[in-house]
Parts: sequence; structure tokens; C-alpha cells
Amino acid sequence: MTAPTKVLVIAEHDHVSLKKATRHAVTAALACGSDVHVLVAGHGAEGVALEASRLSGVSHVLHADGPALADHLAENLSTQVLALAHSYSHVLFPATSNGKNVAPRVAALLDVAQISDIISVIDAQTFERPIYAGNAIATVRSGDKVKIITVRTSAFDAVDAEGGAASIERMVTVDDSGLSTLMGREVARSERPELASARIVVSGGRALGSSEKFLDVLTPLADKLNAALGASRAAVDAGYAPNDWQVGQTGKIVAPQLYIACGISGAIQHQAGMKDSKVIVAINKDPEAPIFEIADYGLEADLFDVVPQLAAAL
Amino acid sequence: MKVLVAVKRVVDFNVKIRVKPDGSGLDLAGVKMSMNPFDEIAVEEAVRLKEQGVASEVIAVSCGSAACQETLRSALALGADRAMLVETDVELEPLAVAKLLASIAEREQPQMIILGKQAIDDDCNQVGQMLAALTAMPQATFVSKVTVNDRHATVTREVDGGLETLRLRLPAVITTDLRLNEPRYATLPNIMKAKKKPLDVLTPAELGIDVTPRLALLKLAEPPRRSAGIRVPDVATLLEKLKNEAKVI
Repeated sequence: MTAPTKVLVIAEHDHVSLKKATRHAVTAALACGSDVHVLVAGHGAEGVALEASRLSGVSHVLHADGPALADHLAENLSTQVLALAHSYSHVLFPATSNGKNVAPRVAALLDVAQISDIISVIDAQTFERPIYAGNAIATVRSGDKVKIITVRTSAFDAVDAEGGAASIERMVTVDDSGLSTLMGREVARSERPELASARIVVSGGRALGSSEKFLDVLTPLADKLNAALGASRAAVDAGYAPNDWQVGQTGKIVAPQLYIACGISGAIQHQAGMKDSKVIVAINKDPEAPIFEIADYGLEADLFDVVPQLAAAL
Repeated sequence: MKVLVAVKRVVDFNVKIRVKPDGSGLDLAGVKMSMNPFDEIAVEEAVRLKEQGVASEVIAVSCGSAACQETLRSALALGADRAMLVETDVELEPLAVAKLLASIAEREQPQMIILGKQAIDDDCNQVGQMLAALTAMPQATFVSKVTVNDRHATVTREVDGGLETLRLRLPAVITTDLRLNEPRYATLPNIMKAKKKPLDVLTPAELGIDVTPRLALLKLAEPPRRSAGIRVPDVATLLEKLKNEAKVI
């Protein structure tokens, strides 16, 4: 294969700082080719472009700054990426809600297949991705001229935030499509580490019984461990925890050093989101709960007794 | 307005799938198949729009083998008015499905197209976005609330870190998240009535769409198994193990 391998990573950011997901995607990009560029698209995100230029392994930063890009709307951002895509062999997005929203739109406009949620790069054409809630790993090869990929961030280490000295180039920005408008955002403010990149996750299930108890019981433990809080779908559906805490096939995929599942039975769909954690602890009253089949350490006990004990002992 | 809703026949979400020992695919013999859970939510939303008097007609579409007729009959039993199957035995990739749906949208001119956010078999999460691109429609993915007024839809999306609200110009494409609604069950009388509702069968060739796969599946493998862990009797032992054996705290 002598095709040029220029790889573009679409940065994930909130206009203030670069999200760590971008650094994971750059690692995957470096496995595809050595000339890795980053696109920072937004409005008033100079600081983010500067941050991207310092990422280890990145050789060039494209900075598209315009009002149409202020709200990360899929229609505008996909057109912006499309304007660049033809000069790259690969375009990678982190598999965040933004990345998943925009990447397929770009792929369709280019008339190429998209490869979702890759967990490894075998070579520049060949990738591994999980299917069926992580119960099978597919190895797929793409013959497309431009490969549009989303990257499972928990499967790749993050590149160093410092050490690079990429050039920054301003690019012409697209006009607003007029198709959609952002009306508002409700961002859950949290002092905690981000769920998707936390080193430790404390997660609760329906057994917690209410949103008050969910927080009362799990917060002290999470505080002691500087952990992110997660939840099973059952806990989210019951209203005990916000939607974006959901871990699983249809929520967030996490792979922390330590995952503590409290009162979570461990359905296939939940396991899909956490079974690549380094160490799994299960605390559950039910000795038959499937979570014990994948837990490194299982404690068969009432979580209302042992979780406070654990927090107190730390 | 006309609403198009796309449904996929997948392995039932409760089934623990098995990879064939030679890595060529999945062992699907005798496995229970159902409508993709996100598509049930899509059908439910379309039917609710009809019940609210917003939608005038709900058309359910599926792409795949003849067996997908079953899935379409389920959608009809839930309240869709008529159904279309694009029949093919080719393993369809999201881009192919998006092209087939775009072609049907061209014929039917719906004001809204509702899909599930992802299918639980290939876990791609692509078709809705691709369809929106091919039809030059706005998109709202991972939707947990929809209101339609005249020429716009206002939708709430579930995004990392919270929620966002978008206003879309119609016609638009929407993909459903889990919390959009609670799908109803089909009643026996409605299952009987569904058998009489129209179901048209088309082929990709009739629509002029090339559905040849773009990706080659080289291998399918079981994920690495986690080795069985141990049970600990109390909190003190757990802490000791986490500190000294696993060294994670």
C-alpha cells in the first residue's frame, strides 16, 4: 500500500478546552498514519486550537472559526469536514455523542462506509470493532479511499497533552445551513471526573431505591476515591440518576482502572459498557447476579451496609 | 403530515449470541428475532404523532430478507398504516440502507423520518445521520422529546453531559433514544387487523440502488473472557485486596 496516509482527527471541545476524548483519538490516528492533523471547528476557540497544537504526535492544526460552527450542529460541521476530507486517507472522530452525530453524515456525503467505535487498528485498512453489545469482535477491512472512523476512547491511551509543536492554519468556514438551530443546553455541572475518562467509577443500580439514596450512599464513596458516578439503565429509567450517567451498550462505554458496581445485576447490555475495566468489584445481595461472573472481587452483601463501611474505611 | 419510520429485524436483545467456531459469523440457527428496541420506540413515537393529529399517515419500512415482513407486521400491529419492504438477501451496511430509505423518501415525500439511534446487532449508529445527509434534511439524533409545530420540530437530544434542544426545519430525520417513550404492546385484535394492512415489496434494483457491501468482514471472534474472580467475605478483605493485590487504590 503506497496510498498517502494523512490522518485527520476532529477535535472534541467546548470552546474553552480540548476534551480528553480527542487525545485518545489521536493515538488511534497515529496507528493509521504518521502525519496526523487536528481540526478544531468552532467559534472563538483559539485557546482550544493552541491546546491541540501542543498535543504530542500532531503535526498540523486546522482552525475553522465561524458563527456557523459555534453550536457543533451536525449539518454545518459535516460540511466543514467534507471540505477537507478529500485530502486525507482517514478522518477520525472520537465516539462521543458529537462524533457519533457528525461522522456518518460526512461518510454519506463522501459515499463511503463508516467504521463505528473501533477498538484497535490492525493496519491502515483493517480495524476491530465490537458488535452485539460487545459479545463479538468483528475485524473489518475498508477499501474506501477515505476512511471515516469513530474511535472508542476507552480502547486507546491518550497522547500527552504537551510536547507537540504543530503549526496552526486558519481555514475558511462554511455558512450556516439554516436547517437546524440550537435553542438551549442543559449541562449537568459536576466537580467530579468525567465518566468516560475517570480512573475509578462507582456505579449504582435499581437497588438504591431513590435518587436521594443513590446520592447519599454512593457520593461519600465516590468522593473518597475521586471517582465518577455511573448508573445502570434501570437506575436511570427509575429516575435515580441522570441519563448521561448511564453505563452500557446504549450509554457510555467506560474502561477505568476500578469499576465498583453497587446493586447492579449485570445484564448483557450493562456489561457491554464496563467489562473492559481493569478491576471490577461487585457488591450485590443476590449471589446469582450475573455481575459476579465478571467481577474480580465479589462481595455478597447489602450495599446499604457495606458501601458506607467501605467509604469510612478509606 | 406523512411520517416514515424505519424498522430492523435483529436478534432479540435477551439472546446471548454465539460466534461460530470458524470465525465466519454468528450461529443464528433457531435464534429468536425481534424488532430492534430503538425502532419500537420510533414506531411508538410515530403512532403517538398520529394520535395527536400531527401525522396523517405512518409508513413503516424495513430492508432485508423476506422474514422482515414479520417485523413490518409488528409495526402495523402497533399502529402503522402501511408498510414497505425492500427485499434483498445481501448483508446490508448502513450506507446501503440509508440510500434505500432516501429513495423511498423521494417517492413518499414524508415530513418526518424516525429511526432508532442504533441497531443492537451491528451497533453502528449511522443510518439516520446518513439518510439525513443523502436527503439534505436536518437531523436530530438521540432524541428524548419531540414536539412538532407547523413547519418545524423542536427536539431534545441526550448528549454527553446533559441535554440540548434543537429546532429543525421540516422535513427532518430523527433518531430515538431510550427515554423518548415507552412502546406499547400490540393487542390481539390489532395483530389480526395488521394482517390486512398493505405491505408492498420492492427490490434495491427497482429503486436503482447498488447495495454491494463496502467493508469486508475478515473475522468474527469471541471477546476475551475475563477470568473468574473471587468472593470476599467482608469490607476489610475487599479493601486489602484492592490495595495490595490489585493495587488500584
